[in-house]
Amino acid sequence: MRTPLTLRILRSTPRAGWIALAIFAAVAWICVPVAHAVLPEGHALHLSAYIVSLLGKILCYMVVAVAMDLIWGYAGILSLGHGLFFALGGYAFGMYLMRQIGRDGSYGADLPDFMVFLDWKELPWYWAGSDSFLWSLFLVVAAPGLVAFVFGWFAFRSRIKGVYFSIITQALTYAAMLLFFRNETGFGGNNGFTDFKRILGYAITSPGMRATLFALSAALLVATLVIGRYLVASRFGRVLAAIRDAESRVMFIGYNPLHYKLFVWTLSAVLCGLAGALYVPQVGIINPSEMSPATSIEIAVWVAVGGRGTLVGAVLGAGIVNLAKSWFTVSFPEYWPFFLGFLFIAVTLYLPDGVVGLWRRLGARRAVVPAAVEGVKPATGPCGEPAPAQSEFEPIAKGAQA
Amino acid sequence: MSGVMEWERNAVADEQRGNFSGNASGAHVVREGELDLSHNVILYLDDITVSFDGFRALNGLSLAIDAGELRCIIGPNGAGKTTMMDVITGKTRPDSGKAFFGQTIDLTRLTEPQIAHAGIGRKFQKPTVFEQHSAFENLELAMKADKRVRRTLFAQLFDDDRDRIAEVLVQIGLAHEADRPAGLLSHGQKQWLEIGMLLMQEPKLLLLDEPVAGMTDDETARTAELFVSLAGKHSLVVVEHDMAFVEALGGKVTVLCEGSVLAEGELAEVQDDPRVIEVYLGR
Ligand SMILES: Nc1ncnc2c1ncn2[C@@H]1O[C@H](COP(=O)(O)OP(=O)(O)OP(=O)(O)O)[C@@H](O)[C@H]1O
Ligand SMILES: [Mg+2]
Repeated sequence: MRTPLTLRILRSTPRAGWIALAIFAAVAWICVPVAHAVLPEGHALHLSAYIVSLLGKILCYMVVAVAMDLIWGYAGILSLGHGLFFALGGYAFGMYLMRQIGRDGSYGADLPDFMVFLDWKELPWYWAGSDSFLWSLFLVVAAPGLVAFVFGWFAFRSRIKGVYFSIITQALTYAAMLLFFRNETGFGGNNGFTDFKRILGYAITSPGMRATLFALSAALLVATLVIGRYLVASRFGRVLAAIRDAESRVMFIGYNPLHYKLFVWTLSAVLCGLAGALYVPQVGIINPSEMSPATSIEIAVWVAVGGRGTLVGAVLGAGIVNLAKSWFTVSFPEYWPFFLGFLFIAVTLYLPDGVVGLWRRLGARRAVVPAAVEGVKPATGPCGEPAPAQSEFEPIAKGAQA
Repeated sequence: MSGVMEWERNAVADEQRGNFSGNASGAHVVREGELDLSHNVILYLDDITVSFDGFRALNGLSLAIDAGELRCIIGPNGAGKTTMMDVITGKTRPDSGKAFFGQTIDLTRLTEPQIAHAGIGRKFQKPTVFEQHSAFENLELAMKADKRVRRTLFAQLFDDDRDRIAEVLVQIGLAHEADRPAGLLSHGQKQWLEIGMLLMQEPKLLLLDEPVAGMTDDETARTAELFVSLAGKHSLVVVEHDMAFVEALGGKVTVLCEGSVLAEGELAEVQDDPRVIEVYLGR
């Protein structure tokens, strides 16, 4: 009598959600690639390289936001260091991109330019295998996953919670940023990696490659949302929310919160790493500023703006804030930090449930009137069947026999 | 760490095979970690002492609860009733003394979750339910199951599970509130929900710390009925200040005072005991 997994995944999202996802996928996988790579440049519907990479970048941010919502909105763990996992994924794939430059760098050497500049004669040991696409994909998952797992193990085992946990994650990403700033670390110092040329031998700036990266980012977002929906609609998701609301009680009914937190924390970090790996070739650069404390705080702002604990809110929040950011940084670059701060305060004070909360409130207001006319709905049991209509209590004796 | 997991696994596996010996007749082979009720005693505390910074919260406490018994524990504030439950559930370690669950399970050597898995359920003095979850979901989470991450990820509710939850919902009078968030329930209903969660865990021994605090008289009476109906199949230890409730339960009563047993017997007997009267009416 087990329901197949595919069916349960289907059921974890309401029909409207699937329709929205299908429309999104059609646009991202067909319309955008065609508009960019097939239609000629003068065509009215042609999408420029700038637009496609901007949108692709935002798709990556949306993945990060959903990953953040999984741990913050559902497990109640506010990470202010998620930029680190994003950057680790980016650096892991960036190493491969650097190796793909080959001898086309400004020094024409086998080593990446920054190593030649440092007068290094050979690759450091941790660059071994970086010319392999598959190995770099492995690193994209393993590097953030391992860092998150080890850090999470110690933090959750010591029962570090709330604001203390958030502060430690800030310190973690800050320490990593300082480390990556150093030239000796072997990741290009404060310039990071840039001037990428190819992926798997194909030119990175070609319309086909750009469209492919965009479509892959969209696929990652769809996958993240589907996995996320399954998790939060499953019993696992209910345990997470229970840990958020009353952790000691959860232990007492027999769950070990450490394992639950560690699982979702590591998953969230891996999703960020994958997003980082797709982000780097689209923006063409990765440097330690991605690990700055402010970057990680911004991720939390996206989720707060969209509405925590809804997944779709995280997507909306990342979209709204980043579109606003690209407009600001072109029109009034100096005001962006003020606007971001203002946005955060305004949302915290007036929209505690973010954009999604506002939408629901408006929806509820509209729904109140018809419900009042219809009268009280008959009560239903847990599975939607009408509840037994007799007295609230069954004769107690029945319970005794059971 | 892995030792704990191992133990839990065994306990779960044993129970699934129906290996918790209960009152098994015939040859009885005692195995490690099994509840052995061969002498008909489910809980056995002997000479337990617990001190907090030199203050003795429990002072040579000895107590035995029979399998299927419904026992009330009364006593003035600070008598050590909650501390006694802390010792039984592994939250507090005694300085000296023995605590056994059945004949073989040494409670002083197990952790809290191990004790929960062994079959002791506890309702705390302050009710705690998962406020964002519906009453139904609260019961679902408490339900006896394999509670490791891997299993929970793919867990699903079968018809049996739904029936069981629906049955408990009726038992605790929340059948009409099944889909309401627990945070919206009244105080008394939350108490009931927590009792329901306890039932879903299917413990052998239920420890209930002031279960009717904050309930109306009517709710209290119904709770008494529920507990009486549970006795026999389960063993219950109920801590209460409400004498009408204790009377309605009708079981044996133990009076705790300053960390040890002052008197034990039928309620009427105990109430006539001059030492008990002195404790309750002040010196
Ligand atoms: N963790 C602790 N540290 C120090 N003292 C404690 C601790 N826990 C309990 N006590 C003390 O031990 C004594 C017994 O407390 P306990 O909570 O067991 O009493 P109780 O019988 O449950 O009382 P009540 O009826 O008020 O719930 C009290 O004097 C209390 O102050
Ligand atoms: Mg107490």
